[in-house]
Amino acid sequence: MGGALTARSLRVALGPGAQAPCPVDGVDLDIAAGECVVLLGESGCGKSLTALALMRLLPDGLTLVGGRASLGEIDLFALPEQAMRTVRGGRMAMIFQEPMLSLNPVMTIAAQVAEALRVHRDPQAATIGDATARLLDAVGLEVRLGASYPFQLSGGQRQRALIATMLAGEPELLIADEPTTALDVTVQAQILRLLRGLRAARGMSLLLITHDLDVARDMADRVIVMYAGQVVEAADRATLYRQPFHPYTRKLFSVLPSAHARGQRLAAIPGAVPPLGTKHRGCRFAARCDRAFARCHEEAPLLREIGSGHQVRCHLDAGAGAIVTMPAVQTTTAQGIEPASTRLFEVADLQVHFPIRKGLLRRVTGWFKAVDGVDLAIDRGETVALVGESGCGKTTLARAMLRLIPPTHGDIRLEGQSLLALGESALREARARMQIVFQDPFSSLNPRLRVGEILEEGLRSLRLDLDRGQRTARIDELLGKVGLGADAAGRYPHAFSGGQRQRIAIARALAVEPRLLVCDEPTSALDVSVQAQILSLLQDLQAADGLGYLFIAHNLPVVGYLADRIAVMYRGRIVEEGPAPKVMAAPAHPYTQLLLESAPGRGLRAEPPESRSEDGSTGCAFFGRCPKAEPRCATVRPELLPVDDRRVACHLARTER
Amino acid sequence: MNLGFRPELLWSDALLFLLLAVVVMFAWRSARNEHLRAPWRRVARSRLGMSAAVVLIAYACIGIVDSLHYRPALPATEGQPVQYAAEVRSLLDVLTGELRTRVEDSYSAPFSLHLYSRETVTQPDGSQARVFPRLQHAGVGLADAAAARADIVWRGLRGIALGALGGALVLIVAAFAVGRRLGGWRAGWMAIRCAPECSGLRAGLATLIGLLVLGAIAVQLVPNYHVLGTDKVGTDVFYLSLKSVRTGLLIGTLTTLVTLPLALLLGLAAGYYGGRVDDVIQYLYTTLNSIPGVLLIASAVLVAQVQIELHPELFDTAAARSDLRLVSLCLILGMTSWTGLARLLRAETLKLREMDYIQAARAFGVSRARIIGRHIVPNVAHLVLITVAIDFSGLVLAEAVLSYVGVGVDPVTASWGNMINGARLELAREPMVWWQLSAAFVFMFALVLSANLFADSVRDAFDPRAAGQG
Amino acid sequence: MLNYFIRRVLYALPILIGVNLLTFMLFFVVNTPDNMARIHLGAKYVTPEAIEKWKVEHGYDRPLLYNAGATGMSKLTDTLFVDKSLALFAFDFGAADDGRDIAREIRHRMWPSLAIALPNFLLGLVAYLSFALVMVFFRASYLDLAGVVLCVALMSVSGLFYIIGGQYLVGKLWHLVPVSGFAPGAEMLKFLLLPVLVGVIGGLGDSSRFYRTLFLEEIHKDYVRTARAKGLSERVVLFRHVLGNAMIPILTGAVVVIPRLFLGSLIVESFFGIPGLGSYTIEAIQAQDFAIVRSMVFLGSVLYIVGLLLTDLSYTLVDPRVRLE
Repeated sequence: MGGALTARSLRVALGPGAQAPCPVDGVDLDIAAGECVVLLGESGCGKSLTALALMRLLPDGLTLVGGRASLGEIDLFALPEQAMRTVRGGRMAMIFQEPMLSLNPVMTIAAQVAEALRVHRDPQAATIGDATARLLDAVGLEVRLGASYPFQLSGGQRQRALIATMLAGEPELLIADEPTTALDVTVQAQILRLLRGLRAARGMSLLLITHDLDVARDMADRVIVMYAGQVVEAADRATLYRQPFHPYTRKLFSVLPSAHARGQRLAAIPGAVPPLGTKHRGCRFAARCDRAFARCHEEAPLLREIGSGHQVRCHLDAGAGAIVTMPAVQTTTAQGIEPASTRLFEVADLQVHFPIRKGLLRRVTGWFKAVDGVDLAIDRGETVALVGESGCGKTTLARAMLRLIPPTHGDIRLEGQSLLALGESALREARARMQIVFQDPFSSLNPRLRVGEILEEGLRSLRLDLDRGQRTARIDELLGKVGLGADAAGRYPHAFSGGQRQRIAIARALAVEPRLLVCDEPTSALDVSVQAQILSLLQDLQAADGLGYLFIAHNLPVVGYLADRIAVMYRGRIVEEGPAPKVMAAPAHPYTQLLLESAPGRGLRAEPPESRSEDGSTGCAFFGRCPKAEPRCATVRPELLPVDDRRVACHLARTER
Repeated sequence: MNLGFRPELLWSDALLFLLLAVVVMFAWRSARNEHLRAPWRRVARSRLGMSAAVVLIAYACIGIVDSLHYRPALPATEGQPVQYAAEVRSLLDVLTGELRTRVEDSYSAPFSLHLYSRETVTQPDGSQARVFPRLQHAGVGLADAAAARADIVWRGLRGIALGALGGALVLIVAAFAVGRRLGGWRAGWMAIRCAPECSGLRAGLATLIGLLVLGAIAVQLVPNYHVLGTDKVGTDVFYLSLKSVRTGLLIGTLTTLVTLPLALLLGLAAGYYGGRVDDVIQYLYTTLNSIPGVLLIASAVLVAQVQIELHPELFDTAAARSDLRLVSLCLILGMTSWTGLARLLRAETLKLREMDYIQAARAFGVSRARIIGRHIVPNVAHLVLITVAIDFSGLVLAEAVLSYVGVGVDPVTASWGNMINGARLELAREPMVWWQLSAAFVFMFALVLSANLFADSVRDAFDPRAAGQG
Repeated sequence: MLNYFIRRVLYALPILIGVNLLTFMLFFVVNTPDNMARIHLGAKYVTPEAIEKWKVEHGYDRPLLYNAGATGMSKLTDTLFVDKSLALFAFDFGAADDGRDIAREIRHRMWPSLAIALPNFLLGLVAYLSFALVMVFFRASYLDLAGVVLCVALMSVSGLFYIIGGQYLVGKLWHLVPVSGFAPGAEMLKFLLLPVLVGVIGGLGDSSRFYRTLFLEEIHKDYVRTARAKGLSERVVLFRHVLGNAMIPILTGAVVVIPRLFLGSLIVESFFGIPGLGSYTIEAIQAQDFAIVRSMVFLGSVLYIVGLLLTDLSYTLVDPRVRLE
């Protein structure tokens, strides 16, 4: 066993000069042989750069300006570049977040693996083929896939291929930079399990970088928490999850939504991670810390030991760490409201099909059924969550519901009025009652318009009764409602952080006083601390105005926390729908079960079944991945039928009862 | 009322002033809009960009001065209405004084006092001899070459001194202007000298002072010498080069007046509406693209040329005729060169159309025209600006090639292409007639290089992707 | 794949018809056959009868686009446009104004054009790519900066000066190779050297800078970081990974011009006295011989469309991601 890594006071500077900001500012890191250390933190805290600095692969413009690092007996920063190359990919290797972008698009997988083998092993052509096959096998890829190009593989397969190339040099230390962030939850579980297995089998140490507390819980021996370029807390997993000390770490735990926290208000960390280049005096977290006192603002705390292997960068007394108080629990007013019985919104047998054209005359030879017959209803003041993996059609469904893309078949009713029958002008009137908030706060605001103009757009289009003064007053009111100052109206979107932009996007949607708000993964691009703020905001708005939400998400904990009812979507169809607590506690459909079991933070218990190689074109769409499938599942498509107070599309759900 | 002249507005003048109005409007908008102001500030900080801008402005000044045309009144006869000369002149002709009329017999080298070739002249005593005849308008009142050399040096020094004086004035003005916000001219001066954010200004000022010195030297020397020699018919080459500036600038800028509306309209329509509209527009530009560019331009120019020749009654002056040919060349270049920008805009619009903020606007029922106007146009404006800046230098170069092929500007229009074309035939002579080519080379190179450098800094400042890639 | 190509060829037809219509309109709608006759006959002999006679002789006596006098389909077909452009589709270009057969002339003249254009194209590609690679290899150093400055300076010089300068320096000053002219066989090399050299240098600034930008764009992609993380040397990263990916758009972008190489270069050929299609075209333009210009336009369009097809084909060959549907 090797792979012990020690790094001391790493500093990475952006740009030249002594005044240059340091995104990594004095980071110490110890990884014992065979250990898995998780580097945890929100975006922009310097965790990826720390890893790239160790690999000596910092991007242009960033330079290592201080620190030492050694892997085993070798001093990483003293090696000449030539020698470093044998270490890189040899004794230490690194995999990246975006498996599609991280593989060369025009080389086969096998060629990319073989290339690494030739550098680090005896470059004998005869054995390279066998070695490549062994590596592909080791990461769970069929050997025949070696002849494929990256674009022919799924996201999970690509990440496996990337891991295979990085195993070629038999590294002692593998660095994995958010290896599963771009993947679906079921695939994430597979990749994490693979990494854990490889680590055990090969005795390598693992440095895993993640922002996800649950992933860290599943994987780590030790956890190092970073904030604004510094380590703020380091402890072994058990200690950290039992007794987090640093106020930041503790806040991170309390802002995580989960089904257990239903009906409680999430704690909030005010503000956001300080932008790079901020001049710090005192503790970097002091401005957002609710336990900060005078000294925190004056004197920068040092990393100190408060228990065996438990280090903290905080001025608070060690004794304070012993008392772990979970944040005070408040019940939101929203929960108090009895769901009104009036139906707000309803879709019936909604289908969105896209033509597949082929042949000489581009005739339509088939249909891609993005949404294939969905029934869904939302009551006033109700939150319905739509959950599913990427590509299941949930976003298409949302856009079709708002008539942003034309549905192929079915009916959409808003407050009893069918939207599909409406002409342009009547539809405009209806648009005031339903609005949408998008996932990416950066592409959802026009960068060339001031915030005031962005908010005004809906009013000018749909509220012709308002004059200029009334519109301005309404904009001020809206900004206040989402927690932004009135001065925001005069500024451009780029002046705001991701969370603030999402507030603006919510304000824009609320401007026309909709009854229904479709939220398309509104928090998945945000850091957890900001996510909590946005979720709280959405809850407050619902409590105040009785809005109905359709909340689209892939993140089950968020859904379990927020939703009244959950609809699970798979390949264009809803497979299960019912009250959130029941679905979360006792999922009826095997797919829902798989999703829940795959969610991180549960120790990666369930081993997912091998997929069968056939399609469920006539039978159940989930047949190929279903662990409980029976012969009839392959041929007879199950209907979405009521089972108690939910609806399930599974043959087994009914026979079990 | 008799002013002694009548202002004459040629087609190209009118279009140029229209273009200037558009530029001024755009500048005014830029000044109010943060998104346009910020990149322009980045341009202003770029050293090469500012030097290039100063050179371009100098060229533009020459071109604009040369676009204020008039016709002088003929000597009046009693009782008759005032008649005006058939010849159209410009303010530049007035400013350069005698330069236009100081025509020699044929070629002469720069600063020479004699013609380039021997001619048979009759001596006072009646005998004939082959000599290099003395020029009529160079070195007047000077005895010989030695005296001329001394005179040239003296005038040159005087020019440098005058230029330096002008430069000092510029610096003082700049120091006061910068110092107004910093509290006093001393602070302004220090800022100009050392402040890193003034590096662009510094380079611009240095270029300006250099140009002033050059200009002052020219002003000193030009009255008594042909500083760049004379051409075949004895016209001063320096004068020709200055007159060519307007032609080059017009080709580079007026073309965009045609290109922009076409490219914007068709590119945005194809990208946003898609479907049939897209098919038709794509067909249109594939067809245009499939014709070899020079051939298409040549064919169109030939047609225009024939039309102009067939309708001599439309033009009351020769200038109006060659001017129309220039305008039609711009028109044709514009009609054939919109495809590149249109394609770029189509691709960008396709991308933007899927952006969430456009979906949000659609969710408000905002009309398509309004979506295009408010959400798409501002987000493709940087592409338009960059393309225009890059295309400019290409068009200036194209003029030379087209004039060489014979489908460029009118042969009587002063243009660098015509200068090169004329000089090319004389290359075989010994010793070589090099000054005409060199003058065209230097004037063109300075303009195109400045345009390229300026386009680069505009691209770096406006294109988020190009930032940091040089 | 076959379907794809059939569709593309069918798509080419309307384009070619469009091209013909455009050239046709340019010349006939604005410049009527009467005018043409007048110009060709010269001022002295212009009588209405002479014009009619010239039009009948040269086949210009029918209506342009729509023949009201004819019946049925021939209202559309018995017209100048159909008459003059149908033949083009059969590559029957007819005779030039001086009576010579255009098609024969083209067959003769395309080889000298190709002899210049092909080496120019190949050597240029190699030279520009190498220069760009050198700049990228030394990126962000003074060498790179000097290279970019050189490129911008080279770009700012009119192509005419490269030819004039090249002719003057090499031909006159150094007496190395002939200034202009052409000869078949082994002699040819002597005459080709200068035009090819001038052509390559003339394109150096523009193309090298463009390729450099492409390379730099590629070098900042994630998979390049992966390649480095594997421990590959900078040389391998640059040549195998960056070059391998950047070459796809470069090569396929270059393919589109290959068929057009037959047309030669107008300027270079006429300056160097090469009897190719370029100088043929330029002479036709200067003599205002529409029959030749129209033929060259048509030929150019056909070659361009062939180039587009070749581009698509080359994509399927070099880029595994592209499957033609």
